[in-house]
Amino acid sequence: MDTWRPPVQGICLPRSASGPARTGLSPSLTAQARGGGDQRAAAPAQAPPPRARDVTVPRHARVDVPVAFRKEAQRLTMANAAEQWVLVEMVQALYEAPAYHLILEGILILWIIRLLFSKTYKLQERSDLTLKEKEELIEEWQPEPLVPPVSKDHPALNYNIVSGPPSHNIVVNGKECINFASFNFLGLLDNPRVKAAALASLKKYGVGTCGPRGFYGTFDVHLDLEDRLAKFMKTEEAIIYSYGFATIASAIPAYSKRGDIVFVDRAACFAIQKGLQASRSDIKIFKHNDMADLERLLKEQEIEDQKNPRKARVTRRFIVVEGIYMNTGTICPLPELVKLKYKYKARIFLEESLSFGVLGEHGRGVTEHYGINIDDIDLISANMENALASVGGFCCGRSFVIDHQRLSGQGYCFSASLPPLLAAAAIEALNIMEENPGIFAVLKEKCRKIHKALQGISGLRVMGESFSPAFHLHLEESTGSREKDVKLLQEIVNQCMNRSIALTQARYLDKEEKCLPPPSIRVVVTVEQTEDELERAAATIKEVAQAVLL
Amino acid sequence: MANPGGGAVGNGTLHNCKTESNCVQGGHCTKNGIVREAQQNGKPHINMEIEESFEEAPLHVMVFTYMGYGIGTLFGYLRDFLRNWGIEKCNAAVEREEQKDFVPLYQDFENFYTRNLYMRIRDNWNRPVCSAPGPHFDMLERVSDDYNWTFRFTGRVIKDVINMGSYNFLGLVSKYNESMRTVKEVLERYGTGVASTRHEMGTLDKHKELEDLVAKFLNVEAAMVFGMGFATNSMNIPVLVGKGCLILSDELNHTSVVLGARLSGATIRTFKHNNMQSLEKLLRDAIIYGQPRTRRAWKKILILVEGIYSMEGSIVRLPQIVALKKKYKAYLYVDEAHSIGSVGPTGRGVSEFFGIDPGDVDVLMGTFTKSFGAAGGYIAGKKELVDYIRVHSHSAVYATSMSPPVAEQIIRAMKLIMGLDGTTQGLQRVQQLAKNTKYFRQRLREMGFIIYGNDHSPVVPVLLYMPGKVAAFARHMLEKKIAVVVVGFPATPLAEARARFCISAAHTREMLDKVLEATDEIGDLLQVKYSRHRHSARPELYDETSFELDD
Repeated sequence: MDTWRPPVQGICLPRSASGPARTGLSPSLTAQARGGGDQRAAAPAQAPPPRARDVTVPRHARVDVPVAFRKEAQRLTMANAAEQWVLVEMVQALYEAPAYHLILEGILILWIIRLLFSKTYKLQERSDLTLKEKEELIEEWQPEPLVPPVSKDHPALNYNIVSGPPSHNIVVNGKECINFASFNFLGLLDNPRVKAAALASLKKYGVGTCGPRGFYGTFDVHLDLEDRLAKFMKTEEAIIYSYGFATIASAIPAYSKRGDIVFVDRAACFAIQKGLQASRSDIKIFKHNDMADLERLLKEQEIEDQKNPRKARVTRRFIVVEGIYMNTGTICPLPELVKLKYKYKARIFLEESLSFGVLGEHGRGVTEHYGINIDDIDLISANMENALASVGGFCCGRSFVIDHQRLSGQGYCFSASLPPLLAAAAIEALNIMEENPGIFAVLKEKCRKIHKALQGISGLRVMGESFSPAFHLHLEESTGSREKDVKLLQEIVNQCMNRSIALTQARYLDKEEKCLPPPSIRVVVTVEQTEDELERAAATIKEVAQAVLL
Repeated sequence: MANPGGGAVGNGTLHNCKTESNCVQGGHCTKNGIVREAQQNGKPHINMEIEESFEEAPLHVMVFTYMGYGIGTLFGYLRDFLRNWGIEKCNAAVEREEQKDFVPLYQDFENFYTRNLYMRIRDNWNRPVCSAPGPHFDMLERVSDDYNWTFRFTGRVIKDVINMGSYNFLGLVSKYNESMRTVKEVLERYGTGVASTRHEMGTLDKHKELEDLVAKFLNVEAAMVFGMGFATNSMNIPVLVGKGCLILSDELNHTSVVLGARLSGATIRTFKHNNMQSLEKLLRDAIIYGQPRTRRAWKKILILVEGIYSMEGSIVRLPQIVALKKKYKAYLYVDEAHSIGSVGPTGRGVSEFFGIDPGDVDVLMGTFTKSFGAAGGYIAGKKELVDYIRVHSHSAVYATSMSPPVAEQIIRAMKLIMGLDGTTQGLQRVQQLAKNTKYFRQRLREMGFIIYGNDHSPVVPVLLYMPGKVAAFARHMLEKKIAVVVVGFPATPLAEARARFCISAAHTREMLDKVLEATDEIGDLLQVKYSRHRHSARPELYDETSFELDD
């Protein structure tokens, strides 16, 4: 009803409490309700005549209202009597109007409401498909095959098969060679001490751990290894992963989230690329080892930040670089990076898979090589599959940073932990590294030697630092097509293999790489290679290259 | 059979499968016998019993659970406030002085849950083990002097804890014994590492041998193995699908599957857990309406499911999914991380469990971490598929290959399960696991616990709901020298914290009884027997006498 107003409620209460009259007479529920609502209009005894005619209020209701309340109601209603008057008139008119009129008006009002809320101004083009049409569409749809066919002579399908251990002397496709392809820098893969340690672990623990770290997959060996790695690297804490690739690929998204900004070197390896992709952060790529370019990007970002300081306050910035780049064999200019880090307040993540156990007096990697305080690097990640010749990877740094991965590193939390025998092997490898610090100088010398010997081969260019144990041989002049380049290089590799030097091309997924490096042969130096073998390898490569390329 | 239509079966519907239960109960079924029987039936066991329950908690439990979180959160705020004002000492590691003006590495709220709730009960995770994770193991005792911020080892060892936490389904992990001789030999010959990738110089003859064996074991054309189970998913799903493709993923899929799906760049839609109507609707809509905005047809649709879901203990409704996939021409990827080796009459995983031709599943993925007691994973299927994976897998090109002794452990375990070692030990283990599972689940249900999942799943989640009870349960169990896994948010929905028992074939009846007894007692103590149908609704499914025959 139009006249329903809250203040009236107060008046209704005592009336409804006075039971007898109401129960005795009330004609219907609606009448009661209406009576309550119109009480305000009806209450004043000296109401003007039209109000007396107010038919809606059952007479008994009016009679019951105690005098005190009636007076109170009168005082309340006098204030807006004028307004009341209009309303009452309206109501009255409503009652006087013929029924058909009311119905008509009601319909019209509904119609207007419908017009207001409907969107039928558009032409009627309902696109609902019928069931039959849907079935036809489903019938019609033909998916692409799950995988496109692969040509049978794809090099990846005709891979080398190594019989026996991939150590210094390696049997590839039945032919015995000297290994210049596996990242076994320190020759620990075949080390009897490492094997003995692994064996002791096998005897105690068996092979698998049957659980992730959180759920009874944490073994004392893991804790020991983490402890040892942290001590070795002189950091507060280390965390181990059960797979090298997953290490940096899990570490990056643990910190860098959507909206954060990562500055990354163009030549960054695939694991970093995948980590960045998983993080869904904004990626800014700078030219390989070009600090001016990085600074340009950082500056641009600084200007951007000044425009939106609120956003900048929560936008984390990271610089992700590699110690020695897997794809180029070059070293990152860490001192400059550290300067930029403090200047632009970006954290540095450093991937050291090729430099850990290689560079520095004690094999601690790039930081030791440059004599940089390791705490200046926020996170160092490396795998244990190269120098340590085991399987897995680790991250180290300050507890404030590293500990976060124990709940946020996906590859850490959700994967089974590292088999204890592999952890034991890594510990023993660390022991050997600590006991023989001279080994790193030996490796460095060997790298230098072969690096020098390989200079000046016509048609091939050496790419990488002279102290890097893994470096690349590129074609001096590309034939113009990647495919042909690959074939040429493969020919060199094959012929070297025939002459007992096992080499491999650096393999990439052409379509997946962000910045695909040119095809190359990757040469890996290990401490096990004798001077004689290094010379022989250099000479062989030289001869073969000349034969193939000229 | 009660479901002749073979359509989607609602949760909790019960059917009885004579073939399966007879085999298990009779205990004299040979491997060949089962295979023959499955073949004789001709068509897949679509009507196979699906006994899966997800009983809802009583209302008051849910109310108390949320209240528990609410109180925990309130106290968290209070303590954060105290820490901010330096009234309470903050034990957490802090940022370096030099980097205080950097953008904070973590947002405050990010670690709120860790700092204020997880920290209280942190002692129940990452418990250090110091022996082989067999049916019994030894644990290092550790104590905390600062309410779990740091731990200190007392130097004592808690001996012979019953291990209900490890995924050692077939009991193939143990300390060295004569059956591991080959592993030792491989270790002595090859060493531990490989130091190269599959595409470069890291394909060993051992890998080849393993891959051939895996293909034979799964009865498919080819297989490829990878060094890490997690990476097998996350690095191979992107190889199969990409932009313009659609992934239909079960909402409870493992993180590795989710990560792989995300990395692929394909559109991802999730369907309700094991809900066939939900999946079918998504499939229909996808095909009818095509890609959003461009309205192009999808290039292909890949359904991602798991064999056994590790937190729910449920088994995928494979027959229905295969039927749907065939009807709508989608591709199917099944992650058998937990189901390979642990279900099916001869341990061949969910396809065998349902009597489905493994060829009907386009991509079979699994891990070697659980039943095989090793590490790594595989992808198996048609030769074209595996060839394509060989060429394009991220893992094959960029990640180090599997460690040779680990590969040998898998070979050994697989040969054992296949009976190639000349014994029936492997088969016995598979059957023992099925028996143990049935017994354990049955008893727990009788006690009145709410347990989730399929009756045949060796992963047994017991619902505890309240975060405080989670910690209490795990601590009390450890006092009784029983190690159980407890999980809560974020691994489960907020209000569905649970304990998880992993049954192993190596568990003896005595061990299981001891665990059950302890669980019963603690269940009474903590009042966590929430189930409202106290006694099993289907007692006929379990027959006490049949076990005695076998023992």
